[in-house]
Amino acid sequence: MSTPDLLYSEAEDDLRAAVRSLLTDRCPPATVLSQAESGRAHDVALWGALGADMGTAGLLVPDKLGGQGATAREAAVVMEELGRAVAPVPYLTSAVLAASALLGCDTDQEPVARLLGALAEGRTVGALALPLSTVAGVPGTPAATVRADGDGTLSGQVSGVAGAAGADVLLVPATGADGYGLYAVETAETSVTVEPLTSLDLTRPLAAVTLTGAPARRLAGPDRAATAIGRALLTGAGLLASEQLGVAEWCLTETVRHTRERHQFGRPIGSFQALKHRMAALWLELVSARATARYAADALATDSPDTPVAVAVAQAHCAEVAVRAAEECVQLHGGIGMTWEHPAHLYLKRAKSDEIALGTPGRHRQALAGLVDLAAPTG
Amino acid sequence: MSAAGQHPAVDADELRRRVRDLLDAHPPATTEPLDFLRARFDAGLAWVHYPAGLGGLDAPRSLQAVVDAELTAAGAPDNDPRRIGIGLGMAAPTILGFGTDEQRQRLLRPLWTGEEVWCQLFSEPGAGSDLAALATRAVRDGEDWVVDGQKVWTSSAHIARWAILIARTDPDQPKHRGISYFICDMTDPGVEVRPLRQITGEAEFNEVFLTGVRIPDSRRLGEIGEGWRVAQTTLMNERVAIGGGRVPREGGMIGLVADTWRERPELRTHDLHQRLLRLWMESEAARLAGERLRQQLAVGQPGPEGSAMKLAFARLNQHISALEVELLGEEGLRYDDWTLRRPELVDFTGREAGYRYLRAKGNSIEGGTSEVLLNIIAERVLGLPPEPRTDKDLPWKDLPR
Ligand SMILES: Cc1cc2nc3c(=O)[nH]c(=O)nc-3n(C[C@H](O)[C@H](O)[C@H](O)COP(=O)(O)OP(=O)(O)OC[C@H]3O[C@@H](n4cnc5c(N)ncnc54)[C@H](O)[C@@H]3O)c2cc1C
Repeated sequence: MSTPDLLYSEAEDDLRAAVRSLLTDRCPPATVLSQAESGRAHDVALWGALGADMGTAGLLVPDKLGGQGATAREAAVVMEELGRAVAPVPYLTSAVLAASALLGCDTDQEPVARLLGALAEGRTVGALALPLSTVAGVPGTPAATVRADGDGTLSGQVSGVAGAAGADVLLVPATGADGYGLYAVETAETSVTVEPLTSLDLTRPLAAVTLTGAPARRLAGPDRAATAIGRALLTGAGLLASEQLGVAEWCLTETVRHTRERHQFGRPIGSFQALKHRMAALWLELVSARATARYAADALATDSPDTPVAVAVAQAHCAEVAVRAAEECVQLHGGIGMTWEHPAHLYLKRAKSDEIALGTPGRHRQALAGLVDLAAPTG
Repeated sequence: MSAAGQHPAVDADELRRRVRDLLDAHPPATTEPLDFLRARFDAGLAWVHYPAGLGGLDAPRSLQAVVDAELTAAGAPDNDPRRIGIGLGMAAPTILGFGTDEQRQRLLRPLWTGEEVWCQLFSEPGAGSDLAALATRAVRDGEDWVVDGQKVWTSSAHIARWAILIARTDPDQPKHRGISYFICDMTDPGVEVRPLRQITGEAEFNEVFLTGVRIPDSRRLGEIGEGWRVAQTTLMNERVAIGGGRVPREGGMIGLVADTWRERPELRTHDLHQRLLRLWMESEAARLAGERLRQQLAVGQPGPEGSAMKLAFARLNQHISALEVELLGEEGLRYDDWTLRRPELVDFTGREAGYRYLRAKGNSIEGGTSEVLLNIIAERVLGLPPEPRTDKDLPWKDLPR
């Protein structure tokens, strides 16, 4: 194993600066909140500026397929910034999960290449039709709840799909006479219903997808579908760690800012040691969370054989750090932390949902047990 | 110090060439280890970022890894860094930063080769976390200082040739401003070292009584009254030294427990499995954070993560060693050896689980307690307001005690 590069390159710093400045302008907390309450699946204008105009939608897609030809390292930087802003855009669901699944299919096939190019451009939005809670990194394919019929249509239901509501195309794992496969379905078809669910995370809403004889195009058969989906979930989980890092970072920064300004008992509350130690402890966790998230991104980027371990460690660690940071943020803000007006709740909801997304910390630790030979007791 | 830039830039290839020359002239197989270490120092391959003539070549710090790898591969002897940790980690950077040329020439070579062991005479019975409250006095007498006082918890004092010492030279100044920094010869009359038995049964640290010890003014480091500032250099390096070693995956304490887990399936329980996986994951996270810190240092972006590593190391060691004793069950009820030993080096892995459990309790106390380090992170890194203080501007002699 070569030494991983855990720092940020200059190009990555530039990318971060560009994304952050766009989000600062276009995605302040008040905008996030009004978007979430509007009933729209995501902020279409913001996604146009970020995904299409700035080109982030195509970071993971090679140049020759119409993307930016970057790697998971750059995508991770974008995820950090999106987490810091709890931005309501389909980056994880379309540019990461759907695009990675397509990259695992045979990109020499015209339908795969065309769809990938469209996603990379950011004008078409895709979603992988699996519950957001699907565990990444464990052997075996997520069981398909959709049936592929002989006439080229799909029927069945998938619940809890993130990004489905705003998507143009769904990538659906389904089982038919030919076995397991990955299929593309246009959401515009009348045989496709996408019903928004009331979600804990207002900024990344879930939907239930129902297909009743929906026309579908098969993108990968049993030979490739499972590995493509597995790789997509692993990439998603690895990059989600960077989003969690961004969420945690915002929470700590805001908490420090608030406790320096808020006075009680004639002192800034941030001068009380009981609070200082809690914030210092959080900072410590952020230091190691950043290292694990960077390692996961680097492992994905270099296709390291250690990627499953790197992702499991990053997910198990960063998920908990983000939740703790958001919970501390609410608590140390006192009463205003409990209000709808203060953005803290948006971060808590995102952090808690992210903890379950693509596998809970417990599931990732369980995956580690197999990966690093620390078997559970028998019996 | 020879100014950087005076020498042609030394790169990795040049270092490899110099290592080869060293190995040719002093084949490790036929050279006395001490002779080899001296030759290595003189070749500038001890700590390559130090100045030429003082064991280094003014090379970038990150290139040390190149030298170490080549020498390890060639089977060259190592200066035992566990035995000389205080010298390497704390005394050396302070001497380099504040010493005179004469002090550097005399002290650094035997320090690095391990011929002369160092200890740190900082803590006192009345001054631990509040180190600047120290009461050991140094009074000027001609060309000498006469030192009286008591130090405590002094690791390695029983084998040390030299000590870094802080003492009060002006009680009329506020506590941080009346301190000076000295190099104390541990063989001088008036220095008495008494073993202090520890929780583990052994005596790794000591009480040190200083009675009329005469230290020549030429062994002062930094200006009179500036000792606190000099001590900051020592303390900062101490934290980095404690948390900063490079380890492979499972390289620390977690590896010992993981091996026991693999080899002894009959000991496994579900509760311990959950805790083990969590600690494995946290150890790996801490290891990666340490690696990231080193990469930042190598490109010249030192972060405040040094204190972070020390804190993580302490917490993990304590949790892992606690789990290890539990895992061993019946065997965990036993202990390897309570005889009063006076070890020359801190050996975490050579002894058994009970020892590790007890010794790890010191990890959150030695080198600054975890509470004090959290204060430092909160104030210096996060910029949180200090707690109100009443002792800052009063002369030391008027402080309530
Ligand atoms: C194994 C070992 C080796 C050592 N080796 C050396 C050595 O070689 N040389 C040397 O000089 N010293 C050495 N020490 C001493 C060590 O540096 C001190 O023990 C340490 O700095 C704490 O000081 P103290 O023991 O006086 O505890 P105290 O300062 O009395 O602290 C007691 C408790 O109060 C807490 N506390 C104190 N002040 C604060 C505050 N402001 N905020 C919150 N909590 C606070 C502490 O965290 C601790 O929990 C060693 C200690 C150990 C355990």
